[in-house]
Amino acid sequence: MSTFLNLLVYGLADGAILALAALGFVLIYKATSVINFAQGEFLLVGAYMFYTAFVVLGLPLVAAVLVGVVVATLIGVLVERFILRPMIGEDPISIIMVTIGLSMLLKALVQMFYGTSPKSQPAILPRSSVEFLGATVPLNRLLVILIAAVVLTAFTIFFRRSRHGIAMRAVADDQQAAMTMGISVRRIFALAWVLAAVSALIAGVLLADISAVDQNLAGFGLMVFPVVILGGLDSVPGTIVGGLIIGLLTQFVSGYQDPGLATVVPYVVLVLILLVRPYGLFGETRIERV
Amino acid sequence: MSTATGTPSPGTSGALVPGGGPGAALLSLNNVEVIYDDVILVLRGLSLTVAEGQIVALLGSNGAGKSTTLKAVSGLLPSEHGEVTDGTISFRGEDITRVDAAQRVTRGMSLCMEGRHVFEHLSVAENLVAGAYTRSGKESAEDLDKVYEFFPKLADMRARIAGYLSGGEQQMLAIGRALMARPTLLMLDEPSLGLAPLLVQEIFGYIKRLNTETGLTVLVIEQNARRALEVADHGYIMEQGRIVLEGPAAELRENPDVKEFYLGLGEEGGRKSYRDVKHYKRRKRWL
Repeated sequence: MSTFLNLLVYGLADGAILALAALGFVLIYKATSVINFAQGEFLLVGAYMFYTAFVVLGLPLVAAVLVGVVVATLIGVLVERFILRPMIGEDPISIIMVTIGLSMLLKALVQMFYGTSPKSQPAILPRSSVEFLGATVPLNRLLVILIAAVVLTAFTIFFRRSRHGIAMRAVADDQQAAMTMGISVRRIFALAWVLAAVSALIAGVLLADISAVDQNLAGFGLMVFPVVILGGLDSVPGTIVGGLIIGLLTQFVSGYQDPGLATVVPYVVLVLILLVRPYGLFGETRIERV
Repeated sequence: MSTATGTPSPGTSGALVPGGGPGAALLSLNNVEVIYDDVILVLRGLSLTVAEGQIVALLGSNGAGKSTTLKAVSGLLPSEHGEVTDGTISFRGEDITRVDAAQRVTRGMSLCMEGRHVFEHLSVAENLVAGAYTRSGKESAEDLDKVYEFFPKLADMRARIAGYLSGGEQQMLAIGRALMARPTLLMLDEPSLGLAPLLVQEIFGYIKRLNTETGLTVLVIEQNARRALEVADHGYIMEQGRIVLEGPAAELRENPDVKEFYLGLGEEGGRKSYRDVKHYKRRKRWL
């Protein structure tokens, strides 16, 4: 029972971070139809930006987070403006190639400035454990779940209630009609990249805190693909459910079976879901009126 | 009645004097030429004027350039590789030929696209909120109530997903959404498309009411010439990218050419043989 609870908490924490990372991917895909292969690198860059502000510059935690958000926003805007906008109207394969190129570029830049060895960063979340239903679970994982839940809820409310959130969904639905409403499609595209970069930053910082500030952060980003395929490429709730399922599955397989097998499981799920339900669990059903 | 040939001069009817107040020209197109993809000439020197407070109908057969005209006015051409290469479009006396689409909405024009184009995956209420994108929150909340008041049907289904509404309901939603931007000029591209005759009547009833109750200026494109000329004050007839005929709607309804080509009636009111119509039309084209 104690093992189960522990695995549950670890799985949920991993899943929550995955959901945050996948959220950015889905936003970009939904609004701009671009498949962003650089999402994992956004996590990496985000974590390193925070490290720079927090450790290198020695800023207080809140200021470091703010600096991280500002830099992430800037990266989102620049990437959209100078890399993706010139590609509007190009072949999807070319755009995918561009995002793969972007992922390599970001990774190389991080290596260039910070080297390849892991950086030590003082723990932000407390390292202590709490007694929970008779099991000892690490407090930081619980906090990760909590923070991710708050951020995801904030994003959901943004999409449901706010003018810009609704405008983003409107652009995803019908770009031309959105233009007739005075919605600037370019600005919405930029907004999608900014939100993706910011959610990746949060995911990156949380992940770095429970693991380490190193190159592997980008590898975790690869797990975004099973998550979004499972949840449905264009569904925000899908990313949350997909993230939690993948997170729990890997932890349970790793705990009860074999850690090696656990790294393969997400991709087995990916293949299975593509065979059975290619649109994913929550993928948008095309509304057709006859 | 003036039958335009070549490049007609704008504002041929006497009431259309520039300046403020009803009857003044709200929108005018002057010798507008539109080219798609750098090669396809669609509008060749089109001129038309929409006077404030009027309903103006733009009629014509398929491919005459009616939709292109509305896209040129609302600034949507760049997204379709089209471009206004000559002439000017002015709205409330200001030249807007090069102003971008979002800006034009802010200045007070709103387009209801052909085929309704509601945001299918958004609810009715969210569609309306999206329509008020250019406005502040407080104003749009007031407008939302007004739209629900005007279209009580929409109020009953505000939480429904727009993609599952019927065609008539979607058209109401599309009009309501366009109204949320608080336009002074509402442009409608074939509001009757794919709707049953009874619904067409209902939609045109709404358009007429909007015009008389709120003084909204309307520019409407229609295939259904009879219906459009019933509600319109003024009409333009397009062929091959230019205006070939214009005049007050009442006169157009009685014009023998219009009766023959667009209302399907002979001069005596009976139906004419299609062969004669075709022959006559071919002769007209060479004019």
